[in-house]
Amino acid sequence: MDKKISQFNMLIVGTGGQGQITLLQILAEAALFEGYDVKTSELHGLSQRGGSVEIHLRFGKKIYSPLISQGKADLIIGLEMQEALKVYPLANPKTIFLVNKKIIPIPLVKNPVDEFHSSPPFANARVTEEEVLKSLKKISKNVILVPASEICQKELGKEVVAGIYLISLASFKNLIPLKPASILKAIKKIIPEKYLELNLKTFGLAKIKSSQS
Amino acid sequence: MGEILLNKPGKKIILLGNEAIVRGALEEGVNFVSSYPGTPASEIGDTFFRIAKSAGVYFEYSTNEKVALEAAIGASFSGLKTLVAMKDFGINVCLDALGPFVYTGTKGPTVIVVADDPSCHSSAQWEECTRGISYLTHIPTLEPSDPQECLDFTKLAFQISEKFQIPVMIRITTRAAHQRAPVKLGRIVKPVKVGKFIKEPKRFVTLPPRVLEMKKELLEKIEKIKEFSEKSKINKTCTGPTCASSGLSKSQIGIITSGISYLYVMEALEELKINLPVLKLGFFYPLPEEKIQNFIKKFKKVLIVEELEPYLEKEVERLAKDVNPKLQILGKNLIPEVSELKPEIVTLAIAKFTNKKLKIKNYELKIDIPKRFPQLCAGIPKRGSCPYWLVISAVKKAVDTKKVIFGGDIGCYMLFGTPLLNIQDYLSCMGSSVGIAHGIKKATQQKLIAFIGDSTFFHAGIPALINTVFNKSNPLIIILNNQTTAMTGHQPHPGAPAEPNGVKIEEIVKACGVKNLKIIDPINQEEFINTIKEFLNKEEVSVIIARRPCIWIKK
Repeated sequence: MDKKISQFNMLIVGTGGQGQITLLQILAEAALFEGYDVKTSELHGLSQRGGSVEIHLRFGKKIYSPLISQGKADLIIGLEMQEALKVYPLANPKTIFLVNKKIIPIPLVKNPVDEFHSSPPFANARVTEEEVLKSLKKISKNVILVPASEICQKELGKEVVAGIYLISLASFKNLIPLKPASILKAIKKIIPEKYLELNLKTFGLAKIKSSQS
Repeated sequence: MGEILLNKPGKKIILLGNEAIVRGALEEGVNFVSSYPGTPASEIGDTFFRIAKSAGVYFEYSTNEKVALEAAIGASFSGLKTLVAMKDFGINVCLDALGPFVYTGTKGPTVIVVADDPSCHSSAQWEECTRGISYLTHIPTLEPSDPQECLDFTKLAFQISEKFQIPVMIRITTRAAHQRAPVKLGRIVKPVKVGKFIKEPKRFVTLPPRVLEMKKELLEKIEKIKEFSEKSKINKTCTGPTCASSGLSKSQIGIITSGISYLYVMEALEELKINLPVLKLGFFYPLPEEKIQNFIKKFKKVLIVEELEPYLEKEVERLAKDVNPKLQILGKNLIPEVSELKPEIVTLAIAKFTNKKLKIKNYELKIDIPKRFPQLCAGIPKRGSCPYWLVISAVKKAVDTKKVIFGGDIGCYMLFGTPLLNIQDYLSCMGSSVGIAHGIKKATQQKLIAFIGDSTFFHAGIPALINTVFNKSNPLIIILNNQTTAMTGHQPHPGAPAEPNGVKIEEIVKACGVKNLKIIDPINQEEFINTIKEFLNKEEVSVIIARRPCIWIKK
């Protein structure tokens, strides 16, 4: 194997149902293929029901903690813009944000307060793309906004593969120190046969797009 | 993935902590597995459910954790290797059966896996530290940190159980259960199928005066297991962060830790670039007391890094009195007792402990990102919305929600309590919406609707329902019959129509003596609304079974 990094810390964030655990499995397998130690952390259960989902993945020579320490993320892949911003304490000025240009609004509530529940933070449930981008840029200079959902919907007819598109793109653009061949091998291992063709097409699309920009 | 059944010793595959426990059990030749689903333990049962047939293992989702343990006790008494898995609160339900089981001991080796959920990511009830149960029942307890240890410790637990004829508990936490990492495989052992119960009343009957002899025998057994613990490699000292065995004797300070906290300690030592002796305890009960005393006897100060309640800290305080009374013991004054630990919390604590300066950058953001509450499924392509929305809509139309009290219970419908819906005035444990409803109805004249899911009804709702009939109170109970255990991953339960040995909820409700009963598909809003209004004025308990399947059930 060629040059090995000692440690790489990445997060995948989004909302429940965006397929984060599949992405995590693919990346963990790819890291293992390349001979790295790898640790990941995820949450299951009710926290998946449309709530925020934050997944940690670390690989390198020897990894202890499955969770990334505050300020130590090398790469944050955001499947949704607000969710990418929410994990800012884990970022530093060098952190790369690779973010899907998409906002999933949070439902507005008209009368949220009564004596049994303390007042929830619903003040401004709608945040614009511009506002989020501006804040992200305050944290890091390396913010890459990609209309992954839009591209996947337009080119493949399925928005759901936006995550696969982003991790493939990250590999082609050397934002993750894992070779595209390893990602491809892992996709073939993890994705059920029924959906494999679509995912391979997504991988191929990311390859083309990465060479265009 | 079928990879978990791969019989290639030495090969490394990536497993979730929970899957690694399954693998460990398979490598020990487990025969009999029972569970009641609960996050963060669910994948243990779910994995067995998927592979049981091909692995030749008996698996069942039992109606609750106590029943699951009792089934395992029966299998163990009949000589089978058994494993029971549950979330933290499950062990509380089990406790009545667990105590005597530790007294009688096992015949077939038995491992009980319990998953705590510090920070209550998926646990509405309370932030439980199950280690307290180890003291209460004297059950030997191991605490793995990562998937490899999940596998290794499960195997060791079976071996300890076999050697000392006692059930052994594996206590994990969310970040061990839901941690993925490469795991080195061993060989899968084919289980022996048929058990045989041989009558030994002296062994299996806990009747006084024999029960007190049993307690004495248990304490003697624990002394022997303590000797085993003293020698066990899973209680290890090393110098972090490289885990070298040199340099231990010189240091005047050290760290004692266990479980997931160990990983954060090593991470912190690496980041702070300091070498310190670390004692990592794989055994929580019984503790290797001499090993701990040898570790601390020459120190000036020691830091105990543990999540939740300070059990280890108190033990070290006790053990230091004999060997090093002047030892300064730090723990919960640097490490919070509430919520799970995170690597940066431990790094900061170790920095303070070693007088190292640590720079932490904090950003100030001028944007308020609204909190995303989990919510009931809505508008899912090809599937639609959760049937509970219909129930909510009917309830809100039928009554003045400010005047009626709403009882919540454990399941997706806990989300009735989110600010969006706001129809949940109390929430406690499995089955309690009905149990507490009875007390409120006895104490007040107020109207009350208690919600309970079908799996929860089978788990712990039935005795409470009988109590409302027997002791005469009149809450309206709405049984949310979505025909699956939805929240934990759609595991089957006795009320699911697809189950060949299913049990009809309405038959149970009738047999409990409930006279006011209606089964309504909540899509029929008008009938639902009118029935709520009618039933709330009844003088006896009434039940509506809201029958409509979860949108995720295969049709």
